[in-house]
Amino acid sequence: MRAHAGRAGEAIVAVLIPALLALIATGLLLVILGRDPIQFYSDMLERGLLEWPGFQESVIRMSPLLLIAAGLIIAFRAGLWNLGADGQFLLGAAFAAGLAPSFVGALGSTLTLVVVMAIATVVGALWTVVPAVLRAWYGVNEIITTLMMSFIGIAVANVLVKGPFRTDVGGVARTDTLPLDDRLPLLGDTQINAGIIIAVVAIVAVHLVMTRTSVGFRLRMLGENPRAADHAGLHTKRVIVLTFMASGGLIALGGAVEILGIWGSFRADFNPAFGLIVIPLVFLARLNAIASGFLVAAFAVIQIGGESAARKSDVSSDILLALVGLILLFMAVTEWVRARRSARPLYLSPGLAETIGASPAATDESRPAQPSVGTG
Amino acid sequence: MEQRTDHPLVELRGITKAFPGVVANDRIDLDVYAGEVHALLGENGAGKSTLISILAGMYRPDAGEITIDGRAQEIGSPRAAIGLGIGTVYQHLTLVPTLSVLENLMLGIDARGGRLDLAKAHARFDELAEVLGVTFSPDATVGRLALGQRQQVEIMKALWRESRVLVLDEPTSMLTPQDYDDLRLYLERLKADGLAVILITHKLHEAIEMGDRVSILRSGRKVGSLEPGDVHGRSEDELRGTIVEMMFGDATPDVESAVEVSGAEASAGGRRSPVANGGPPALAVRDVELQGEPQEVGLRGVTLELPAGQVTGIAGVDGNGQRELAEVMAGQRRPDRGSVFLGDDDVTRLGVAERYQRGVRYVTDDRIGEGTVASFDVAMNAVLKRVGEPPFWKRGRVNRRAIERYAQELIEDYDVRPPDVNARIATLSGGNIQKLVLARELSLSPKVVVFNKPTYGLDVRTAEFVRDKITELADGGAAALLISTEIEELIALCDRIAVMSRGAITGVVDNDGGAEERVGELMVSR
Repeated sequence: MRAHAGRAGEAIVAVLIPALLALIATGLLLVILGRDPIQFYSDMLERGLLEWPGFQESVIRMSPLLLIAAGLIIAFRAGLWNLGADGQFLLGAAFAAGLAPSFVGALGSTLTLVVVMAIATVVGALWTVVPAVLRAWYGVNEIITTLMMSFIGIAVANVLVKGPFRTDVGGVARTDTLPLDDRLPLLGDTQINAGIIIAVVAIVAVHLVMTRTSVGFRLRMLGENPRAADHAGLHTKRVIVLTFMASGGLIALGGAVEILGIWGSFRADFNPAFGLIVIPLVFLARLNAIASGFLVAAFAVIQIGGESAARKSDVSSDILLALVGLILLFMAVTEWVRARRSARPLYLSPGLAETIGASPAATDESRPAQPSVGTG
Repeated sequence: MEQRTDHPLVELRGITKAFPGVVANDRIDLDVYAGEVHALLGENGAGKSTLISILAGMYRPDAGEITIDGRAQEIGSPRAAIGLGIGTVYQHLTLVPTLSVLENLMLGIDARGGRLDLAKAHARFDELAEVLGVTFSPDATVGRLALGQRQQVEIMKALWRESRVLVLDEPTSMLTPQDYDDLRLYLERLKADGLAVILITHKLHEAIEMGDRVSILRSGRKVGSLEPGDVHGRSEDELRGTIVEMMFGDATPDVESAVEVSGAEASAGGRRSPVANGGPPALAVRDVELQGEPQEVGLRGVTLELPAGQVTGIAGVDGNGQRELAEVMAGQRRPDRGSVFLGDDDVTRLGVAERYQRGVRYVTDDRIGEGTVASFDVAMNAVLKRVGEPPFWKRGRVNRRAIERYAQELIEDYDVRPPDVNARIATLSGGNIQKLVLARELSLSPKVVVFNKPTYGLDVRTAEFVRDKITELADGGAAALLISTEIEELIALCDRIAVMSRGAITGVVDNDGGAEERVGELMVSR
């Protein structure tokens, strides 16, 4: 517990330095393109965070990302590489969009939302059962199977939207639209829907479960050392399947929230590909749920504010991908430098430093190539 | 000895390396000459591994100087060490089991420009094979080789690039007696070729038998050394006495006797069991069949009873089904056929957790890879097998204070060092990890404990501590199964010794004088 403050400080440095480096590098790029980077960044900050509409947009964008992060962290912590987030997300979205409009008449708005979100969660959970069972019983690498299931999931979502869930209204293939009044309620006078509450609750709950409970401890044990988990009597097969289901369920819930909160309808070939974006974010947060939340927030601000800033500066919004990519790159570099540093002699007890300083071997033949000596 | 030149090939001067809270190496000097074996002897945690890690370029020393062939060198990386002609064979094998011998040897070294010079590699293999007396083909798959042969491949790998110095870290820990004799033989040949060898060991007799020079490390310092004149002139007993004196200094006599027990001379009588003829079987396996993983022999019709109050031993060359049997008893694996009884209850279908609660405990032979989770601290590792149980977890919520209090008790009882429940277990030495694992398994009235090679890789003091615990346990009325590859250890501790070969029990011998011979016979017979 005592070490936490120090580690949190370290973590902040590990995020701030790369962010700064990435801003400088992207700034250079903007200068080369003949744009004013200061202007661009201040626009980005204003439109994404400081101005009220942009702030709301950023918060709305966070909801699905946070739910995906929560789902990924559960799986990754257990050493299960669920890379099928996009398929799970879209299946959740498709079921929510396809079922909600037809349920509203019978169930009313609130109950519809609850039932539909539950169904989406279950669908996402079930979608992971195949990779989970293959992994648990036959040791089949889940990286491959979840990716494959993701492609299938994306296709199935579209088949549903173009087939059984398709609206009778002509035009582009899409589902019926859920009336605005029946969507997730807005918070007070804002445009922000209740999805953010669900998402924040989920990410905090995942954090508490992972750090405070026996369930989280079992998952971490499985992730850190599966052989020790077997040795300690964990029912690893059961745990693997349940973990996968929880992960897929949360991610699919994210898809449902995206539909029920914002779009109200699923258009064919809709795919924001959030899964691929969130994966590096949770890794850089070292699979810490709370830290992931902050990274997701920063990402949302860059996306929302950046798009508007890019339009204003008349650059392609691809510049944002460059910025995000550079942040991730510099984060990885910073990690690498830190790891290398900690492999070098950093610590020398005062007593020992004295001994070495006093020993004739070190003083007489001291070489400049050994800067660590005597500075401890 | 003729090849000896006057100046050492490798000179270490004042090597110092500190880790948080520990000084692993404190101003160590070491001279290694061509054509000699320099044995580095010390208990676990004495600083041997740190010293050779520095030589192998894994760590940078905080102070001190390394001179190779008269020139001061900085060894900044493992690659630099190889470039300087230092080849290292680590305690844990590092080969890729699915690749061939030659592929392993060429891995990462000969792939310059993406092209492999196979003809040259074959020539080099033949050259080394002759010196080492290798009998396997360069195209053999490493996974199919015996452990002794794999070690030969490791040595070949270390020598591949014309090394002048060969570092062997605990090379005998996985070898059969026959392999050990082979190792001694080809070390002689390597010496004759002018190679300098550094041999890390914690076994006294190995240092005496193989070393031309012996340096003794104790808590990070070099506390004594024997020159070739000292080593070759004197009898083994004299040397033993001198070294024990150096290793333990003003140590008490019982420490010295601990060294003796771990040596070749074990008492001939065997253990006196307080329970005449043993009690009823506390645990029994009947007609157990197990297919086993692809690399394993599995189990073939194993029936064995573990009487309460007795130590039952399993002798045999490593990899003949001992681990499979231990895991079947612990509940980690379900046999394909046959059953496991705990007292009168059939527990075949119960898992590890249920059996643990009923008093079945398993001290695994892989304390680092299986027995503990390296990134967790001591406290959490102490309750690894009791996840979710009160008082450590209350309604699913962790009660860190209760866990720490319990772990604190355990590490005090078992003298685990450093006595810090918040230390990551990976920072502890092997002996201290084993003490924690023992504390975990032996707490709360165990009824049956399976010990799988419990003293493997431990220093004499900790090994003796473990042996005492086994005896204590049986005297207290529990049943113990001791799997060991050291016959002396089995003779010293067991009431009965069963011999395993190729997944079957080939015989059970009462340990009442002369057992050693009969066990040996059973081990070699098919």
